[in-house]
Amino acid sequence: MSVHTEDVVSYDEAIATYDPVMGLEVHVELNTNTKMFCGCATEFGAEPNTQVCPVCLGLPGALPVVSHTAVESAIRIGLALNCEIAEWCRFARKNYFYPDMPKNFQTSQYDEPIAFNGYLDVDLEDGSTYRVEIERAHMEEDTGKALHVGGSTGRIHGAEYSLIDYNRAGIPLIEIVTKPLTGAGERAPEIAKAYVSALRDLIKALGVSDVRMEQGSMRCDANVSLMPKGAQKFGIRTETKNVNSLRSVERAVRYEISRHAAVLNSGGTIIQETRHWHEDTGVTTAGRPKSDAEDYRYFPEPDLVPVAPTRERVEELRGTLPEPPAQRRKRLQSEWGYSDLEMRDVINAGATELIEQTVAAGASPPAARKWWTGELARRANVEGKGVDEFGVTPAHVAELDSLVRGGRLNDAMARQVMDGVIDGEGTPTQVADARGLELVQDDGALEAAVDKVIAANDDVAQKVRDGKLNAAGALIGQVMKEMKGQADAAKARELILAKLT
Amino acid sequence: MADALARKDVSAVELTQAHLDRIATVDGDVHAFLHVDSEGALAAAADVDQRRAAGEQLHALAGVPIAVKDVVATQGLPTTAGSKILEGWVPPYDATLVSRLKAAGMPILGKTNMDEFAMGSSTEHSAYGPSRNPWDLERIPGGSGGGSAAAIAAFEAPLAIGTDTGGSIRQPASVTGTVGTKPTYGGVSRYGLIALASSLDQAGPCTRTVLDAALLHEVIGGHDPLDSTSIDAPVPPVVEAARRGEVKGMRIGVIKEISGEGFQEGVKSRFEESLDLLRDAGAEIVEVSCPSFEQGLAAYYLILPSEASSNLAKFDAMRYGLRVAPEGIQSPSAEQVMAATRDAGFGDEVKRRIILGTYALSSGYYDAYYGQAQKVRTLIARDFAAAFERADVLVTPTAPTTAFKLGEKLDDPMSMYLNDVATIPANLAGVPGMSLPNGLAEDGLPSGFQILAPATKDERLYEVGAALERMLLSQWGSPILTNAPELTGKEIAR
Ligand SMILES: [Zn+2]
Repeated sequence: MSVHTEDVVSYDEAIATYDPVMGLEVHVELNTNTKMFCGCATEFGAEPNTQVCPVCLGLPGALPVVSHTAVESAIRIGLALNCEIAEWCRFARKNYFYPDMPKNFQTSQYDEPIAFNGYLDVDLEDGSTYRVEIERAHMEEDTGKALHVGGSTGRIHGAEYSLIDYNRAGIPLIEIVTKPLTGAGERAPEIAKAYVSALRDLIKALGVSDVRMEQGSMRCDANVSLMPKGAQKFGIRTETKNVNSLRSVERAVRYEISRHAAVLNSGGTIIQETRHWHEDTGVTTAGRPKSDAEDYRYFPEPDLVPVAPTRERVEELRGTLPEPPAQRRKRLQSEWGYSDLEMRDVINAGATELIEQTVAAGASPPAARKWWTGELARRANVEGKGVDEFGVTPAHVAELDSLVRGGRLNDAMARQVMDGVIDGEGTPTQVADARGLELVQDDGALEAAVDKVIAANDDVAQKVRDGKLNAAGALIGQVMKEMKGQADAAKARELILAKLT
Repeated sequence: MADALARKDVSAVELTQAHLDRIATVDGDVHAFLHVDSEGALAAAADVDQRRAAGEQLHALAGVPIAVKDVVATQGLPTTAGSKILEGWVPPYDATLVSRLKAAGMPILGKTNMDEFAMGSSTEHSAYGPSRNPWDLERIPGGSGGGSAAAIAAFEAPLAIGTDTGGSIRQPASVTGTVGTKPTYGGVSRYGLIALASSLDQAGPCTRTVLDAALLHEVIGGHDPLDSTSIDAPVPPVVEAARRGEVKGMRIGVIKEISGEGFQEGVKSRFEESLDLLRDAGAEIVEVSCPSFEQGLAAYYLILPSEASSNLAKFDAMRYGLRVAPEGIQSPSAEQVMAATRDAGFGDEVKRRIILGTYALSSGYYDAYYGQAQKVRTLIARDFAAAFERADVLVTPTAPTTAFKLGEKLDDPMSMYLNDVATIPANLAGVPGMSLPNGLAEDGLPSGFQILAPATKDERLYEVGAALERMLLSQWGSPILTNAPELTGKEIAR
């Protein structure tokens, strides 16, 4: 299938004419040990169809039973999103045909979600906050996964046959749906990204999901519509499905705004449809048309009893909520004494927890930040890895910092030691020992080196004697070279100046 | 039978073999079975004999063979729900009630015939041909569980499992002169029952006596963690009630709206006579009114197809059962294969109800149909509650007529549906019901007496049923079923 790129106008031009309205639907796969309606395991990456039973295969006669743990996770998510929790709610059947859906209906929640009417405050780059209103958070089950074999695109079109893996069928999902987000203006794409990012942090802090977008355990559908500036009535929307990275959320929203504007500018109408996002080309293409009249023939799931959490239990669960991520970040920033800019770097690097653990292990906050958002982040970027994928632990960084502060290593040596840790040579102390890295503390050796360098560079020494103290730098460099980098630069400078002035 | 086994007068293998022999002789006439498992049944029986010989303490019904309606999943045994679309499907798991039968040591003789996916009142909608009534082979054995009832009436099995969505245990019991109980909704696990209408389906016993029904009820009943709608409470004391059988001082309510108006003359008379017997035995007969029952049939025929249309969606030719290639298409799509398979695999009645249900649930019609039907359901539950304020049990004739002739109502779905007018309200409200034979009508065919009790008070059915059964037996001088005609298995070519 070839990707047809449609006309777009520049983003600035689009935003000058139209107000965007967004609606974001985020699916989060819960990390419960069992599926939503049966006792099957939920491990990611298991051999196809090894984690299945009559229930999640939808065999004739099999019946669902709701996972208590999944319900409690859903309630905790709802509470963390400042939602009301339903006193009594039901599951419904959403009837539609799909090859990877075993029962040909999905057990979901329709008009009776477990959580509703909440909000999440999202911090933006410019330091302001945007309140995202939450419509609902409801429970449902995931579908299986179809693999289309024999075609060139991996899509069903042109494939010779399809294989279906039902391991994922029945894994508990929470779908979090926002109310229409208005008034975002040009910041709409940024808000979309910031919201999904904030949601990810929040759910990660709750410990109820791995929230790995690249593994599909968190997926975002982005609805976008435009209305002429000042208008009240929403435009026709499109829904870009399964956007699977923060960056893509931002890009996809931005692209759809520019595309809608081009269609509207040329006098066309937007077709209400789902869109596919293409990471490589940065465009969306049309999926299936979707109208409001799409008929899922919802009705209350007769195989399940209603869910009715007691108020006492809900309050108990409220007591288990972690400190809200935004509040926690403010607290840590003040504890660590970081500037706003420094804190933003830390958050963007996803290093808040690593730094927290590093400081707890004894490092100074500035050193912890320097390592995680400086040297390690740079290397992670070069190697296309996560900063936590080197095998370097907060304890390693704290140990390295104490070696520097204790005067055993200088910065250049510390970087060498870090290389050794990354290469798996052991702890910082072990690496420093093995590589013989240690500042020379023997003043005799240092003095001898200084004398040797002064003697060999008489012209430079003369400049220092004449009061050009900056010239001492060249001599220090020579001393360092003489001592193979293992000298204390500050001490060497002291000695040189003492001898020449 | 159980006593004879316990006394070792007869072995489980002998008893099982005797029933297998009877099946071999008469099932050509009756066609109660879709699948007979001689090997499995005899092996289970031999195991019981061995354990009994070793002095093991066994369940009272250990070694008593049983037939299971084909809508119930049996591991390793074909299970088709009477439909072509599941032809050849062998479930990889047992329904909970089957696990319980096996745990009690009851050999499973085979799977009994039924209307396709339990849709029908005559077993004529079975994709594998109708069953026949042992009383008159030209007549229907009721439905959808006609196979189970016919197997009991023809002495092919002493006990059978049925399922009752709108009367499919009780109406066949009525027209075959047997006993059938629909327990309280959730009283027997639905895990492993191929769902017709999830909110109405209920499995229960088909037997020749009230005590047999109680014993079987006790085996299959009780909480099942695999079915979230199953009642989390002990099985009601049904065996105790069946042994006692006492109606003195009991208030028995006759439902005015279903007390015989428009019912066959002989059915009405037998019902009246039974009421007299109960009155003579010290029961107080009161008349109660349940006005919303008149809308019950309409509500039922909206709720059932709605749920069924969703439950049957999984039969899509992708994972199990039949797969039919569409004609004249080179490389058909999944949708085309599914359409061809469903066209070939589903019978007319099933298609009719899927279309009806799909329509009733579709947006714009939901409130007018499904939503409205649910409201009627609430009214019916309210009528029951009010009636049970005035009476301990309610009674009606089970079916309006005795067994009608094969083919008689096949082209008239409405008149077929009307057969369930007295049984349906119990399913809509989830209350338990029983049908027991109360004599032969003017045409020499059995008629049934229905007892209804409040939810979870199943023991009242057995208390009243056993009392009436005892009085009737002393009148007749012997069990009604000894009057069943001789069957040779050669009379009807099929
Ligand atoms: Zn499973």
